Amino acid sequence: MKLNLNNVSTVLVLTSLLLSGCSSTDEKKDEFVDTNAGIENLDNGVNTAGVGDNALSGSELNGENSQGDGQGYGSANGQYGSGRNGSNGGKPVIYFMYDSSQVQEEFVPVIAQHAENLKASASQHVIVEGHGDERGSREYNIALGEQRAKAVARMLTMQGVSDSQVEVVSYGEEKPAASGHDESAWQLNRRAELDFQGQ
Amino acid sequence: MRLYIRKILVLSFFVFTSSFVRAELSIEITGGTEGATPIAVVPFGGSSPLNLANVINDDLSHSGYFKTLPEQDMLSRPTTEANVNYRTWQALGQEYLVVGQVNQELGKYTVQFELFTVVKGQKMLAYRMNVATNDLRRTAHHIADIIFEKITGRNGVFGTKIAYVTTAGGKDQKSYRIQVADADGYNSKTVASSKEPLMSPAWSADGKKIAYVSFETKRSAIFIQTLATGQRQKISGFRGINGAPAFSPDGSQLAVTLSKDGDPNIYVVDINSQSLRRVTQGNVIDTEPVWSPDGANIVFTSDRGGKPQLYRVSSQGGPVKRITFKGTYNARASFSKDGRKIAMVHGNGGNYQIAVLDVSSGSIDVLTEGDSDESPSFASNGTMVLYAAKQGGREVLAAVSADGKVHQRLAFVGGEVRDPAWSP
Repeated sequence: MKLNLNNVSTVLVLTSLLLSGCSSTDEKKDEFVDTNAGIENLDNGVNTAGVGDNALSGSELNGENSQGDGQGYGSANGQYGSGRNGSNGGKPVIYFMYDSSQVQEEFVPVIAQHAENLKASASQHVIVEGHGDERGSREYNIALGEQRAKAVARMLTMQGVSDSQVEVVSYGEEKPAASGHDESAWQLNRRAELDFQGQ
Repeated sequence: MRLYIRKILVLSFFVFTSSFVRAELSIEITGGTEGATPIAVVPFGGSSPLNLANVINDDLSHSGYFKTLPEQDMLSRPTTEANVNYRTWQALGQEYLVVGQVNQELGKYTVQFELFTVVKGQKMLAYRMNVATNDLRRTAHHIADIIFEKITGRNGVFGTKIAYVTTAGGKDQKSYRIQVADADGYNSKTVASSKEPLMSPAWSADGKKIAYVSFETKRSAIFIQTLATGQRQKISGFRGINGAPAFSPDGSQLAVTLSKDGDPNIYVVDINSQSLRRVTQGNVIDTEPVWSPDGANIVFTSDRGGKPQLYRVSSQGGPVKRITFKGTYNARASFSKDGRKIAMVHGNGGNYQIAVLDVSSGSIDVLTEGDSDESPSFASNGTMVLYAAKQGGREVLAAVSADGKVHQRLAFVGGEVRDPAWSP
């Protein structure tokens, strides 16, 4: 019964799609029109636009380029030891287990090495980026990502790195390293990345 | 200045009037039209650049309450009461009939329509309205609202808007946009675009502003943007998390998640004075605040009991009370306008689905069957919940009726779409 009704509704949808496709004279491609009206560019990297009833949408202005992310996520990277140690566009990556912000043993020496480097170069600054997989709600994942980043930051400062050298930012699930929707992608996305500034 | 901008916009609109009318989101009903009421909306007479009957038909059928009659099945096409033969429509199994006309007069349009009950053979209502060319689509939604309300007794939401986040491009060329479109996916416009993540759009109660999170400086910050002008105000840019904005019902305050004092907790910002009040405490995750419709309470997600669950606290702060008990994961609340129900993300054996909590009884109805459904948002009339889903590895929007029967999918034409918020 349900199947039949689904078929009926599919027919209805197709019909209405056909109707809207055939009989409208005003439906053309979705183009964004840039008149600069109502558009303000207040900061680098974002463009905003007015969208009042008669307002036009903004087209993309020249935003700040994001840093290029390289290939080879999660690939072995000899510089930081063996195993699952990886890098993302040159940024060292520390991976985490599902629903956990505990630094796994294999990454402890990796973080220790970075702590030594940071101590040796007091002017250097690192942003620890926390990331999560896509499961669950987005803002909650921002919070989980921050816990991961903080766990790494804490290991750095406990080993003598100055608080002022370390900053934590969580992107939650917003910047996945791998785009799939299964565990093989998720395990690459549960991570903290070390973004060294001014290198 | 404001007036000047308006003039430019109006002028430009006439020039480009046809360029962005297409739906950015295409709606498809994916199941559950059992019990829908048959209604025939006959193509309107006269001449119009927009087929109003199409828009009305789509609105009514997408609601799940109505089953519309395809044009080719119509045996006659009356445009006024004088030409209506009730028996013809009774024979086609129709319960209601809508006819109308559009006439152009001196650069604007006169739209009139009539609604009939076919069963009783009576006229139920008739309207006549004067409309500017660029308001024809809005008028069609308005007509659908009038018909919906007359027959169902509920307010229509066809004239409302939705906000959502789109992403396009690969990892190196990612672009994030916050978009606002009509509830049927047409008329989409960009509120903000960035190469860094944008997330969590939230409407003010008057529908004139959007709050959102932007990582444009590679750190999170919360902005409030006035839709008509594009002007925006930075509300919060503290160290750590600045997330999950939610306008108070009176529009004067914004509930947010901040981790500036340690772990993420709920704070309330007074928008005018920018003064900050901490609402929750503790070394736990508290996030995703939403206001009860009376503004007295805030419901939020917290892992203070181990796993994420929903909790309630006075918007002034104070004791915290857990309100979800079924399941190991309940998060991201969205209140119905009457305050009786809360839509949320419900973890269900490794899957995440949309459920509705009955606030007084505590019972839960799981409405969806996806494995990765999130970001629920109630329609203001309480009939539908809009949410984000995954389909074949793509992020799409979907909607489900509050009783879980009618399911729709809204596929984004140009990439991935997520984080929807239905306007008041």
